Amino acid sequence: MKFKAAITIMPHDALLDPQGKAVTGSMKNIGLPSIQNVRVGKHITLELEAANETEAKQSVDNACTKLLANMIMERYEFTLTQQS
Amino acid sequence: MKVGVVIFPGSNCDQDAVYAFQHEFSCEVVTLWHKDHDLQGVDLVFLPGGFSYGDYLRSGAIARFSPIMQNVIEFAGKGGLVFGVCNGFQVLCESGLLPGALLRNTSVKFNCQNVFIKPQTNNSLITNQLDLNKALKIPIAHGEGRFYCDEQTLASLKTNDQILFTYCNEQGIVTPESNPNGSLENIAGICNHTRNVFGMMPHPERAVDADLYNTDGRGLFESVLQLASASR
Repeated sequence: MKFKAAITIMPHDALLDPQGKAVTGSMKNIGLPSIQNVRVGKHITLELEAANETEAKQSVDNACTKLLANMIMERYEFTLTQQS
Repeated sequence: MKVGVVIFPGSNCDQDAVYAFQHEFSCEVVTLWHKDHDLQGVDLVFLPGGFSYGDYLRSGAIARFSPIMQNVIEFAGKGGLVFGVCNGFQVLCESGLLPGALLRNTSVKFNCQNVFIKPQTNNSLITNQLDLNKALKIPIAHGEGRFYCDEQTLASLKTNDQILFTYCNEQGIVTPESNPNGSLENIAGICNHTRNVFGMMPHPERAVDADLYNTDGRGLFESVLQLASASR
């Protein structure tokens, strides 16, 4: 079975995100001062073959914890959809 | 002493390290290509600065899985000496050979400047000859050098005397203003629990040649050579 995963990786809430802070600061320059607390992460999509959804989830979890995310500074979540 | 300098695609301080070890300290130096699996019997592996694999994903994240790193991790596991500077430090943290992580500078700027660092202990390969009361002027050049670890890890770094350098002012006083990247407690360099793996963001290899009017980095290399010759 073929699956597609859409992964979101975000810096831990407790960590200062200087990128997000800089972007927040620029919101007032585009006339949107009400926008606060921008945080910048990553969005990654990938496709994989797996026997079933459980196996697919396991593979994506492995990819995230081993390489795609650094658990010291980031957290991740993903959605999995079966491809026809 | 035989030193191996690893070259990843995107390394750009490898020749600085080769020059320092070879020309300034008369070491035998070999370069180790990232695709190789042979450490060529070196006594010390040096991971240089640069932008390995374009810093894609995170600094050091992809380099950590390159072929040579599997041998470096095995070498370190057996007590082999590994020293990483800047991107090399990031690779060591990503590989789990050193605790913590290096995050984007709080300024969001790439900082290329001379800073001052203070050695915190003489109990390491790279600090054993240093004066603990003297601030060293060493260049930095990084965008992601903000050292971070959780509270428990920080406590164990302190308990085990693993903090090697902290950012300070010219007088050697550790102040918030002298912290160039927002590192936790001004930490600039650490070692692992077993004291055979070392990492730091500043570049001592760029401060060894009198022609460049700064030789404050020489003491680190002299420390390495002192301990290496003492162990023979």
